[in-house]
Amino acid sequence: MLELIGVKKTFNPGTVNAKQALAGIDLKLNEGDFVTVIGGNGAGKSTTLNAIAGSWPIDEGKIIIGGNDVTHMPEHKRAKFLGRVFQDPMLGTAANMEIEENLALAARRGKTRSLRWRITDAERKEYRELLSTLELGLEDRMTVKVGLLSGGQRQALTLLMATINRPHLLLLDEHTAALDPKTAAKVLETTDRIISQMNLTAMMVTHNMRDAITHGNRLIMMKDGKIILDIAGEEKKNLTVEALLDMFSKKSGEEFASDRALLS
Amino acid sequence: MLNYLASLPGAISQGLIWGIMAIGVYLTYRILDFADLTVDGSICTGACVCAMAVVGGLPLWLAMILATISGMLSGLVTALFNTVLGIPPILSGILTQLILWSVNLKILGKANQALSARNYKLLVTQLNPAWQNLLVLAIFCAAVIGVLYWFFGTETGSAIRATGNNPAMSRAQGINTNVMKVIGLVLSNGLVALAGALLSQFLGQADINMGKGAIVIGLAAVIIGEAVFGRRVRNFALSLLCVIGGSVVYYLVYQTVIYLGLDTDLLKMLSAVMVAIFLAIPYLKSKTKVRSKKTTDGEGHKNA
Repeated sequence: MLELIGVKKTFNPGTVNAKQALAGIDLKLNEGDFVTVIGGNGAGKSTTLNAIAGSWPIDEGKIIIGGNDVTHMPEHKRAKFLGRVFQDPMLGTAANMEIEENLALAARRGKTRSLRWRITDAERKEYRELLSTLELGLEDRMTVKVGLLSGGQRQALTLLMATINRPHLLLLDEHTAALDPKTAAKVLETTDRIISQMNLTAMMVTHNMRDAITHGNRLIMMKDGKIILDIAGEEKKNLTVEALLDMFSKKSGEEFASDRALLS
Repeated sequence: MLNYLASLPGAISQGLIWGIMAIGVYLTYRILDFADLTVDGSICTGACVCAMAVVGGLPLWLAMILATISGMLSGLVTALFNTVLGIPPILSGILTQLILWSVNLKILGKANQALSARNYKLLVTQLNPAWQNLLVLAIFCAAVIGVLYWFFGTETGSAIRATGNNPAMSRAQGINTNVMKVIGLVLSNGLVALAGALLSQFLGQADINMGKGAIVIGLAAVIIGEAVFGRRVRNFALSLLCVIGGSVVYYLVYQTVIYLGLDTDLLKMLSAVMVAIFLAIPYLKSKTKVRSKKTTDGEGHKNA
């Protein structure tokens, strides 16, 4: 479903600030894989997701989504293959537009936008049902501006928008990190439900090792722009935080350097 | 006093003409989040094209269409500077404005072209009875609002609003944000040039200097409209009407200030200061909010 072949990216090349963010990423996801991605700060987790989404051109390598080579495709064209949820709840929605307008925008992802009216009555009905599955009462507030929603509500809505047309790949970039623990748990629960109901292929970046272990069927760990661990199947199911930390220090020759990951 | 009262219909007419221009500014500044300084040039281009076309013998309707198209092309140039060449919005607008200065001089062939209603058939002129000007301009304003209300309700219009609101989200939803900027700037400057065409008829001339500070008048109209007629207007057509209302209020105040004997040389400065104050208010308010949050602690979290 997704194939990364030798993907490299250096930011600010040729300057003192040059930083190799991706040092040759090779990754193959199968249909229905739900991969959690962990690693310390600056390991290249978000950068990998941004490379797939096309936020900037990569220096080397190939990106293939669902059989389509998207390496040179601009961000807005790749969007038809992808669903994205960002860390910042402000980033995934248009705050000055209504809930139903945001959903209608997302429903037209990958289609040409014409001079037809932006939303139909049939869609309104459909969105109402869709929103009710979130159990946040948003189905009764469809003409409310998204800017008035809480962070958790906005992330849940972004999740719906990302999956309103079945994406080839769902990219979740620490999408619960900015939420309080209770809201984060609820959004994660919704994430799990949507992924399994639609049988989506997904990548979820997280700082939380326990979340990384309990969610998904596969786990990869990154360090210095490389994938240093890739665990799937039974081995992933039996994983513990201690075992994971142990593997990290064996592989990298140092302690896992993220307080946030250890404390959470 | 009678003189003053007699001058008011003229002031309202000017307000309506500048209201169309201010709607153009509203489209870029508020909807597209693109501070577009092209308008100082494109309003003048609209006036020049209209005046020269009419003087050259073209029918008025064609002259006004040509004027509108010239504005659209100006907007296109700014949009391409920004989207294709990566020049920041404000600088893109300034560059086009400067280009238009030369272009406008070339169109006029001199600094000023008279366009007298005595010699040509014009739509809005000071020779017409006041009610006729007001009626014609009201129809123009209504048509502009109607067309924009429809357009920004469509899928494409909706994508333009999203682009101004959150470009990252728009791209993630498959919107080509560059194309949306182009459409927005073309549309905006088309309206601005149309206002220029009306203005040249109303003032009876096209002058190379007539666009100077237009952006400030446009912004003032947008801001006054929001302040006087309500910031919380939700309906799009109504918020456009507020912009026109703001522009009319601006010209009524302008006329009053002149009547009271204020030095007209100071008017541009006063407009700019007023716009600066209104632009500063939301920023200063947010700063004091943070301070009061600290002191009251807990109170401020109610809305969080």
